[in-house]
This record gives sequence, structure tokens and C-alpha cells, in this order.
Amino acid sequence: MELIYNTWPWYVAGPLIACVLFLLLIMGKKFGMSSNLRTLCAIGGAGQFSDFFKFDWKSSKWNLWIVFGVIVGGFIAFQFLTPQAPQIHEDAVLKLKEYGINSTNQSFLPLELFNIENLLTIKGFFIILISGFLVGFGARYAGGCTSGHAISGLSNLQLPSLIAVIGFFIGGLIMIHLIFPLIF
Amino acid sequence: MRQTLYLFLIGVSLGIIFIKSEVASWFRIYEMFLFKSFHMYGIIGSAVVIGIIITYYLKKTNAKDIYGDKIIIQPKDKGFIRYILGGTIFGLGWALAGACPGPMYVLLSSGFISVFILIFGALLGTFVYGLLKNKLPH
Repeated sequence: MELIYNTWPWYVAGPLIACVLFLLLIMGKKFGMSSNLRTLCAIGGAGQFSDFFKFDWKSSKWNLWIVFGVIVGGFIAFQFLTPQAPQIHEDAVLKLKEYGINSTNQSFLPLELFNIENLLTIKGFFIILISGFLVGFGARYAGGCTSGHAISGLSNLQLPSLIAVIGFFIGGLIMIHLIFPLIF
Repeated sequence: MRQTLYLFLIGVSLGIIFIKSEVASWFRIYEMFLFKSFHMYGIIGSAVVIGIIITYYLKKTNAKDIYGDKIIIQPKDKGFIRYILGGTIFGLGWALAGACPGPMYVLLSSGFISVFILIFGALLGTFVYGLLKNKLPH
């Protein structure tokens, strides 16, 4: 039981994600999480504003069942499988302290960014909103996210996916090294 | 109906994996971009290595899906600019939000209200991309 309650190591989680890819492929589907955002925009009527959202979204509805499952899975994990605060590398803990983030190793998400008090400040609100915006915009521009490019795309040895993943890292490194010191 | 149930259950498993392996944690993403831990690289790396074998096998054997249709993995269009620029923008967001789209959905169950704003932002970003699509270099 301890195995279930503790943090799952990489050699358990990685192969399980590969299993998900396999199950989706043999169901004639694909593994792509960000395309649901496009589907949701289309359902919300975004087709009135751009042809990009005028597609046969009914054929993408299956993917929303996965999203629903993911949310329920998260509920089960948070309620019953006692997720602990991730214990991360000491250097990372110290760096975050410099930025005023002290909830490291104590919370699943940094309270200094995600708690409600922070959301009610202008800066805190825009950090959350803009970070989501960049993820949504970037994923569609690149034609996929971590699941579509890094997992499915690299598994299919696609050059575009490799370029996209290199981009993910360029962006991530710029953010934590150049932009974090400016905003925190 | 049965397909819907299977997809839902795959999603449930994925949600549990995202939380229990901590890939949905902002701290793990930060640690990954600092190159301070093997955890995230091990997860993505092992998923890709096994994924390559699975994908190769399915293509090599002309495997059929459970409905009897040939499994076709649609390759992405060729290109460079959209992948490097879009990827970089995505990376900026991934590091700041500490979550990519899959983990974003799972965090709806974390009890943090901010996650709703995060997903609203992601929907807005998707929408604005749709508006600007024809004006952007691809």
C-alpha cells in the first residue's frame, strides 16, 4: 500500500504514460491534451470569430471524456491517495526562497502564487492569467503540447515535434532564468 | 457507450498518474528547468522510449485498432517557424504556470481556485491564436 501512497517514481509513471499512449492508439485515437482547448472554444461559439474553430468538433468530443476522467482521477488522488508535497532539490528550494516562495516542500503548488489572497492582487491575477494564455496560445501555434509533441510526436520520431520540444525548453529556460528574477 | 467508459477510465488513470508522480506540481516543473532532478526527464524519457517501440511495432505490423481499422498516426506538417516560436511561447507558459494542459485539468481537483483562471487563460490564448492564425508566420 505504501507504494500507492508515496510519490510514484519515474520508472513507474513513465511506462504508465506509455501505456496510455498505447491504449489510445489501439482505440484509434491519439494522445493530445491541448486540442481540447480548441474543441471547448468551438463549442463555446468561437467559430463566429475565426474559421480556425469551424471544424468538426463533434469528432473530437471523445477527447473531452478523457479530460473529464483526468479531473475525476485528480479528485480521487487528492482525496484518497494522500499526495504529499513534492520534495525537490535543495538548490531549487533555496532559489525559490530568494524569490519569496517559502511553501516549497510543504505544498503541492506554491501558495505564494496560487492561493486566493494572491489571486486577488492585480499582479497575482495577471501572472496566473498570462501563464495560462501563453500555454494555450503556444500549444496551438506549435500544434501540440507535452502530450502531442513530447510524448506522441517524439515516439513517432517526428522532426516537427523535436523542434517544438526544443522550443519548450528555450521558453522554459528564458522564463526561469531571465523573467523570474524580474517578476518575483 | 462502452468506448466512452474506456476513455473516461483512461482519463481517470492519467489524472492519478499526474498527481502521484507529481508532474502536475509547479515545483517539479521548476526543478526540471533548473536541471536539478532526473524525475521529470525519467518520466518523459521512459515514456518516449517505450512509446517509440510501441509506435514502431504498430506501424511495422500494420496493426488494426479495436474497430478493425488500420492505425494511422497522422504526421505533423513540415515546418520550422511555427514549431520553434510556438514551442518557445508554450515553454514560457509551462514554466510560469508550472503546468501543461493535461496537468491543468487535473489541478481543477486540487482546491485552488486560481486553476480556473489558469484554464480560462489557456482558452483565451487558444481563442486569440485562432483570431491571429492567418497573420502569424508558420
